[in-house]
Amino acid sequence: MAELTELQKRSSQVRRDIVRMVHSQSSGHPGGSLGCTDFLTALYGEIMHFDAQHFSMDGKGEDLFFLSNGHISPVWYSTLARSGYFPIAELGTFRALNSRLQGHPTTAEHLPGIRMASGSLGQGLSVAIGAALAKKLNGDDTLVFTLHGDGELQEGQIWEAAMAAPHMKVDNLIATVDFNNRQIDGDVSDVMSLGNLRAKWEAFGWKVLELDGSDMEAIVKTLHEAKAMTGQGFPIVIIMRTEMGQGVDFMMGTHKWHGVAPNDEQLAQALQQLEETEGDY
Amino acid sequence: MSIHDFNPTEKKDTRSGFGDALYELGKEDERVVGLCADLTGSLKMNAFADHFPDRFFQTGVAEANMIGMAAGLTIGGKIPFTGTFANFSTGRVYDQIRQSIAYSGKNVKICASHAGLTLGEDGATHQILEDIGLMRMLPGMTVINPCDYNQTFAATKAIKDWEGPVYLRFGRPSWPIFASKDSFEIGKAWKINDGADVTIVATGHLVWYSILAAKELEKEGISVDLLNIHTIKPIDEEAIIASVKKTGCLVTAEEHNRFGGLGEAVAQVTTTHYPVAQEFVAVDDTFGESGKPEDLLKKYGLDVRDIISAAKRAVARK
Repeated sequence: MAELTELQKRSSQVRRDIVRMVHSQSSGHPGGSLGCTDFLTALYGEIMHFDAQHFSMDGKGEDLFFLSNGHISPVWYSTLARSGYFPIAELGTFRALNSRLQGHPTTAEHLPGIRMASGSLGQGLSVAIGAALAKKLNGDDTLVFTLHGDGELQEGQIWEAAMAAPHMKVDNLIATVDFNNRQIDGDVSDVMSLGNLRAKWEAFGWKVLELDGSDMEAIVKTLHEAKAMTGQGFPIVIIMRTEMGQGVDFMMGTHKWHGVAPNDEQLAQALQQLEETEGDY
Repeated sequence: MSIHDFNPTEKKDTRSGFGDALYELGKEDERVVGLCADLTGSLKMNAFADHFPDRFFQTGVAEANMIGMAAGLTIGGKIPFTGTFANFSTGRVYDQIRQSIAYSGKNVKICASHAGLTLGEDGATHQILEDIGLMRMLPGMTVINPCDYNQTFAATKAIKDWEGPVYLRFGRPSWPIFASKDSFEIGKAWKINDGADVTIVATGHLVWYSILAAKELEKEGISVDLLNIHTIKPIDEEAIIASVKKTGCLVTAEEHNRFGGLGEAVAQVTTTHYPVAQEFVAVDDTFGESGKPEDLLKKYGLDVRDIISAAKRAVARK
């Protein structure tokens, strides 16, 4: 297991990348990206088995990850680059013309690490079920992971997929919900409440774990626990409580940094709070 | 070969051509998987479902999830064939197809039955007349609308080895069988008859009506150059241009809205390369209604007589 301190260092660097990427084009989604940084760092740094040097679309023999809430692409791009999928310097091209790092993730630019376009919400869980079923048909016992926004759960397709996975006994799938209770227009509980989210997933037939997404140790422990629960005839979902903007004080406690980039002064203020551990791109 | 070679005695629905071919594909290639949203019988997917239960996924009445699952299955190297009605294969899941299949470049075969007016009594909610247009507009999407059982069988077999997303459109009614199973090639028009006076380009069920129309027109001294465009995208530009250069005028015939379908696709070819007068046999921007298939084709201007009069108008405009 990677040392917790190593993962935390990686996290700090990824957060620096996120705010710098979003600042560079004055465009992108820092809030949700910062909230899911520890999760993605743990997933790629400790949990998943993959071969970043030899990316293949079919991912046979490798764990797969699908980012269903594609707008938090900055955290994924940084995590992929720092995991060795593509040159770290390429993070500087985020959202610029002719970049492989499109505003929302795409396969069209052949960026290693990405197997499905996302951005239009609600589609990733269905895709993950398909990929997980293909793994079963192929006798491939590796796993499929997804991440979803909480606002994204308002999409009907999510619940079509939520119904299908237990029915089809898709037990090589671990979904995670980024539950920060924030979406573009305000708090999720005000815009369109998710009600008792745990009870909803349980009623659909999923095993539910909960965790604090700002606690690296808890993330690693819960993901290991989820892995140990696979292969038993049911899918697993982790409801991960997060704080939008985690790690940058003035971006926390509000939905206002969902899709807004920091200006020069705000960038400097954010970077003061985030230690440069692996070197900026 | 000419129109006189076609005097079919046997009839079958095009969807059975799909179901029969899918079953054969299941035997031939383990990568082939089937998905269906609660219409297994209507899509004639039973044989595949019964013989390959591990490779058949019943998704329930949840088309969006079916499309997403199909996209995901390609990642593990599978070749998914999805089956539901044309309306639920396109309009209902347009964004899922756009993002998870077309933009993501996934090798999914979207197979759609009950297209057009000829599904009959269920009426306009199910009679999609816009699907060719919707699918044509998606970058990278191949669009095929076969004309009879044999061509649907051949097309289903052919798309398995055609890399990339495909929309395969077929229908419900029993229809004369006249095409060959062996001569089908994606993207290549089928020349049914050589003629000099007017080009008729037809797709789907209206190919048979166009043969009947061409026979009548010949009796009246108008010889028809008859092309079957089964692959609406990518379209066989060469065949269309060669034909209109010879005849100087054009009729397109399709079971689809006049907007977005075969007629527009052909017009784009001719206006770019060799403009000629064109008459459109298509539904005139309206929804359908309940009725018998052949009665509906008559009421909505897609009958043999409509193709004949369109051909005469086209000739008169030369």
